[in-house]
This record gives sequence, C-alpha cells and structure tokens, in this order.
Amino acid sequence: MEQGPAGGSGPAAAAAAAAAAAGTGCLLLPLSETEQQRYSELFSRCCPPPEAAAGGSSVGELFRASQLPPDTLHQITEVCGAKRVGYFGPAQFYIALKLIAAAQSGFPVRIESIKNELPLPRFMALKNDTEVRYGTPAEFHGVKFQVPHATLEKNSYKRTDEGDKQEPKSPSMSPICSPPASPSTYQRIPLSYGYGKARSGLEQQHGAPYEVRHSTHQQDGPSSGNYGAKSALTCSTPNRSLSVEREQQDSSSQYSDDPWRITEEQRDYYINQFRSLQPDLNAFISGSVAKNFFTKSKLPIPELSHIWELSDVDCDGALTLPEFCAAFHLVVARKNGYQLPETLPETLLPEYLQAACLKPVRDCALFDSYSEPLPSSQQTRDFSRAEKSSTEEVPDNSTLLQDGKKDDKQAVKVSTTLKTIPKEFQHLTVKAAAQEPNALRARPRSRSYSSTSIEDAMKKGEEPPTPPPRPQKSHSRASSLDLNKIFQQNTQAVRSGWLPPPPPALPPRPSVSQTEQPSEVELHPQMNRPPSQAEENSSAKKEVVLAQPPSKPARRKLRTEAQGLETPELSPTINVTSSLPAVKPHLPVQKQSSKQKRAIQTAIRKNKEANAVLARLNSELQQQLKEVHKERIALETQLEQLRPVTVL
Amino acid sequence: SRQCGLLCSQNYPLYIRSVPTENELKFHYTVHTSLDVVDEKISAMGKALVDQRELYLGLLYPTEDYKVYGYVTNSKVKFVMVVDSSNTALRDNEIRSMFRKLHNSYTDIMCNPFYNPGDRIHSRAFDTMVNSMMMQVC
Repeated sequence: MEQGPAGGSGPAAAAAAAAAAAGTGCLLLPLSETEQQRYSELFSRCCPPPEAAAGGSSVGELFRASQLPPDTLHQITEVCGAKRVGYFGPAQFYIALKLIAAAQSGFPVRIESIKNELPLPRFMALKNDTEVRYGTPAEFHGVKFQVPHATLEKNSYKRTDEGDKQEPKSPSMSPICSPPASPSTYQRIPLSYGYGKARSGLEQQHGAPYEVRHSTHQQDGPSSGNYGAKSALTCSTPNRSLSVEREQQDSSSQYSDDPWRITEEQRDYYINQFRSLQPDLNAFISGSVAKNFFTKSKLPIPELSHIWELSDVDCDGALTLPEFCAAFHLVVARKNGYQLPETLPETLLPEYLQAACLKPVRDCALFDSYSEPLPSSQQTRDFSRAEKSSTEEVPDNSTLLQDGKKDDKQAVKVSTTLKTIPKEFQHLTVKAAAQEPNALRARPRSRSYSSTSIEDAMKKGEEPPTPPPRPQKSHSRASSLDLNKIFQQNTQAVRSGWLPPPPPALPPRPSVSQTEQPSEVELHPQMNRPPSQAEENSSAKKEVVLAQPPSKPARRKLRTEAQGLETPELSPTINVTSSLPAVKPHLPVQKQSSKQKRAIQTAIRKNKEANAVLARLNSELQQQLKEVHKERIALETQLEQLRPVTVL
Repeated sequence: SRQCGLLCSQNYPLYIRSVPTENELKFHYTVHTSLDVVDEKISAMGKALVDQRELYLGLLYPTEDYKVYGYVTNSKVKFVMVVDSSNTALRDNEIRSMFRKLHNSYTDIMCNPFYNPGDRIHSRAFDTMVNSMMMQVC
C-alpha cells in the first residue's frame, strides 16, 4: 500500500492519504494542502527517496523533537499503525504527524482527534530559524515545534514573543551568515533529530527552547552535519552537542546579539562538563585533560590552540572553572560558525565569569529569575523531570523508535566507543570512567608535558610576580571514594541535563574520566603504577583519585611520568609493564621507571612509524582521489557532448 | 631594521620575524650562522646554573651592519636577535628585557596543551608581543 518515495507533495500526499486509509482500516485522513506539503517534506526528510519507509531512527528523532512526552509518542506510534506494520510508511508517518499535532494541541491521541482540522505539528526543528520562531503564543512555554518549511523562512524575523530570544539574534545573525539553504537544513534536521534520538525525552525537553535558537546559528551546516552523524553514533554526543548548541543560541538570544555572553543554561552545562573532568570545582583542569576534551570537538588544532590562548588568561597551562567556561563557550561559538575573536571578549574574562559562577549552579530559583522564563523554567522542569525519568527514557526510547535494532546498535556502539580510543565523543558515564585508562594511555603526550613542566618550572623561577601555584588542584584523597558516586551522579545529571541535540551539535566531548586518570596516577606513580597497570580500569580510576597531587607543578611532572607509563600500555609493551607490577613491590622504583621509559620510547617510535605510514597512505589516496575526479569530469564532459540536443 | 629569530634545540627555526621585511633571507642566514656561536657559548658555559644572567648570551658577534644577540632557555631553545648597528640607542638592559619578554611569551605558548614542542609557532599573542617589541625599537 505504501507508495514509492514521497517525493512530490501532490502524489505523495495523495498516496499517503490513500495509504492512510488503507493502513488504518478505512480511515480516511483528510489532509489540507499545507499539511500535505509539510508532511511530505518531513517524510522526505526522514525517508530518503529510494526507500518506501521512513527510517525508524530519523522518525524517532523527529518525534522526540516534537517535545511530547514519550508516553504520548509511544501511543502515537501505536495508533498510527507503525507498530502494527513494523515500519513507518507514508501512511503511518502522516497519521503520526497528525497525531502529534493533535497531541500538541491538547487532544487525546486517538484516531478520532485527527479527523478535525488541526494546526501543523511543530517540531523543535533545527532547520529554519524562521520556522522555529513561529510558535503560537499559547505554546510559549517551550513546547513549540515548527516543521521547517521553506516558504516560512522569509517570515522568520517577525516573531517577537517567545522566539524573542532568537529574534534579537536573528537580525544579528543574518549579516553574519546567509539563511540556511533548504538542503542543508534538511540535512541538519535529521541530524538534530538523531541527537534527540539518543537522548529521548530528556533531550526533547531541553532542546525545545534551544533548538529554536540554535537554528539561527546554523551557519556551517555540513560541518555540523558531520558532527551530527557522528553524534548519532555515540550516545553522549547528542547530549553534549545539543546542550552546547542550545546554550549557544540561548545566550546570544538572551543578551541581544552578544554571542560571547554565557547564559545560565550554558554555564550550567559547562560546569557539569567541568565536573565531569574535575570533580572539584575550585581546582584546575590540567592541560592534557582539557586538550583531550576539546580535541573531541573536532575543531582544527590551530583553532583550539587559539581558543586556549584566549581562555587561559593566567597562562598556567590549566583551566579554572571560569577559564574552562570561556574556552568551552568559544568552542561552541566556533562550532556554530562564529569567527574567533582576537582577544577574549569581556564577558568571557575569568573575573567576569567568576562573579557569575559564584551563583549557585543548581539553583532553580536562579533560573526563574532570568528574564527568559520560558527556557529557564522549562529547563528546571526538564531537569527534575529528566532526572526522575532518565532511566525510564531509555526503554521508552527504544520502544518509541520502533526500531529496536537501531537502539541496540546504538547501545553497542556506545559501549564500543567507550572502549575505543577517544576519537569519538564519549558520554560521561561510569563506563566511560572505566575506559579512561585505556583511552588516555592511547594518547602519548609525554613530550609536550615534559617540556611544559620544564618551561613552567622555569617560568616560575624567573618571574617573581607570577602568582604562586594555586592550592588544592584537585580533591583530596578522602574524596576518592566519593568519586564513583559523583560520577554516577554526574552521569545521571548529565543525561538529564542535556538537552536535545541542536542541529549542528558538537561532537560529544571526550569522556572526562580519561583525563582524570592520568593526572591522578601521577601523584603517586609508584603506588599506582602497579595496580593501575594491572587493573587498567575502574580500580585505576580510584587510585587516580587517591593520587591527585596537591600542587600543579608537581602534578605536571608526575603526569609526565605517568603519561609515559601509561602510553605504552596499549602497545605490546603493555605486557611488559603489566608484568612489572607483579614484581614491583620488590623492585626499586628507578628500575621500573627506566624500564617503563624504554617501553615508552619504543612505543613512541612505533607510533611515529605508524604515523609516517599512514601519512604516506593518505597522500597516496588523495592522489588517487584527484585522478579519479579528473577522470570523472572528463567522462562527464564526454557524455555531455554525446548527448543528443536537449529540449530547447 | 631588526629581526628576531627563535630557534629550537634541533636548530631549525620555530619562529622568525623580521621588520622591515626586505633582506629577510639575509637575516635568516645570519640567524642560522649565529647558531654556531650560540653553541660555542653554551658549551663554554659548562654546568651553567639556571640563571637569567647566564641564559642571556650577550652579543654573539658584531658584523659590519648589525649585531647579533643570543639567549638560550632551560630547554635549550635558542633565541637569536639581530639588530642594526646603527641603532646605538639599544642598551644591553633593553636587549635583556626583550629576551625576557620573548622567553615569557614562549613559556605561555608552552602552556598551551595544543602546542607541541618543535612545532612552528603560530600564536597570535606571540606575534603581537614580538611586533610590539620590534616596533618599539625600530
């Protein structure tokens, strides 16, 4: 009964109507012109043309973007018949859309309700800012979803109420970036929906106000698209990117075109991220930890380097909480297409942020005190709701998607990504914490560390005015036991706190735990090396916590050693080092460190060789690609010439 | 005119800036050849303490047109500065302070975890500092 790809609106709509009638047991679904058009657009977005049915994942994302509670979405999928037939054909899809519109208008999810005239369903669309802006005033409190519509783009700048935040932003945005092209927006929407998918209801709740704003920020669609695709693969990505994006938009809209101002939601998100990297909010995030973290954003290294330069105001190679917030904010801004400033904007200065950060982070009242009641109240509501239902969301998600396989795949992917080298974004979970030692050791940074420590020591020696090293860089030993709890809490909070992925979501941030591990191991290298090497996982983490050094310079130096120690772990020399711990209690420390040094050096050499080989391979492939391109162009021109004269 | 070049311990340049920019190649050559003198001075230092005074190598050698000053850091990164001989207003103290500024900026760059030692330096802050320093003198 399902027709082919829902390409044209007319035939698609007609087909959908017919199919709907057939699919739902003689239910004739009347669709108005606009409805048909929009539904077909949505369907084509979710369902690439050759297929007859929409992909379960994209549909799930779209549904989640509608910001309805998962129960409702569940109901909708049941009622529309997708569950029965097992997939989302055009009929089911259209019915589902209509049901979503009904649910958003407050009607019960039943076939009867969709027989009436309903407004179009609204989705937290990442695509067109204009559409996002459009929401009925009645729906002011966040549950606004606008199905992106090409024709509506022109009217984007008219709304002023709840889209008010975005409003000031859009005029400022427009000179900066041209309105997103439809194809790119289409591309982004599935991606944003993908983000929502991973996080189900949690993201939906949070994403609503933010995605709207986010759409205005969509300047680099393709790049964000890449991130989106990546995030769809990994669990954590959507949350992070979404919330980041959301915050980005939110901040700019809040403060009349100031993209460099951090909103409360953003700050909260940044603080959560900081906490995931470093539980003590008054301590630092070391350079390597931060580097790993920000590298996951997939920004080019020179840009990251510049961001670091801007944000590390005291140039100590570590980030305090305000510095971290500033850096994160800059990354988000860059991800959204903003050019990096030459100097740090005033609103991102640590002193400025410090004052702001002193406010209680989780103070719900604080949210409400802001002028944007919508997002803040929404967020607080979402937070509490999300936290309660975070565990429920996941099962709901899978059933909602009607594509259990996809969920399983995602789950598998999540676990595998957690185990793999941190090239992808990893969600900050307890699992990730266990994976940290592996991931961290995979990245040899001993070289830069040693130079950093040397330079740092030198610098400290020769600069009297330099402030003394900061105290307690990390939490004390006593808190090591709490670390697991904190991480679990963080995981929970993170899951709940992450909004639905905004369109160009940032890739998931590297798992924090990884960064934690090495630094902590440094503190008591001797103590921790044998056990950490032996266990390599959660136990190492605990030891890392215990080992957190009190002073920064000492920590850095220790880290160098620890890093060096941990680097070879992934290489075959791991066996060597792991056998070392067995006899470690008896061996003197120096022997161990020298062996480890050797192991490290061999590992470095191997890595360098591998690098060289890969670089060569890469260049060869590039060359091949160029040649193939040329051939293709030549063939195409030939074809053009041979083609008979086309219709005039 | 002035040129300051920053060289790393493996004797390849991490950063070279010349103001004004004509004859740049000549300055590159000058800086490179002065490495020998720097090495000579370093070896002569023996077990040099990590002391600022000893980090500053002073006038490496004067040529007909210009003077070359050297400075080496703890991590054996060499700074070389070439100034016009006609610029007699430059005193030793000023040169020292300029090297100190260079060193501080270099340390700041090192603190950036995204910077790998041995990379060329592309830091905008560093550029700004060097530019201002050179403008001051020229």
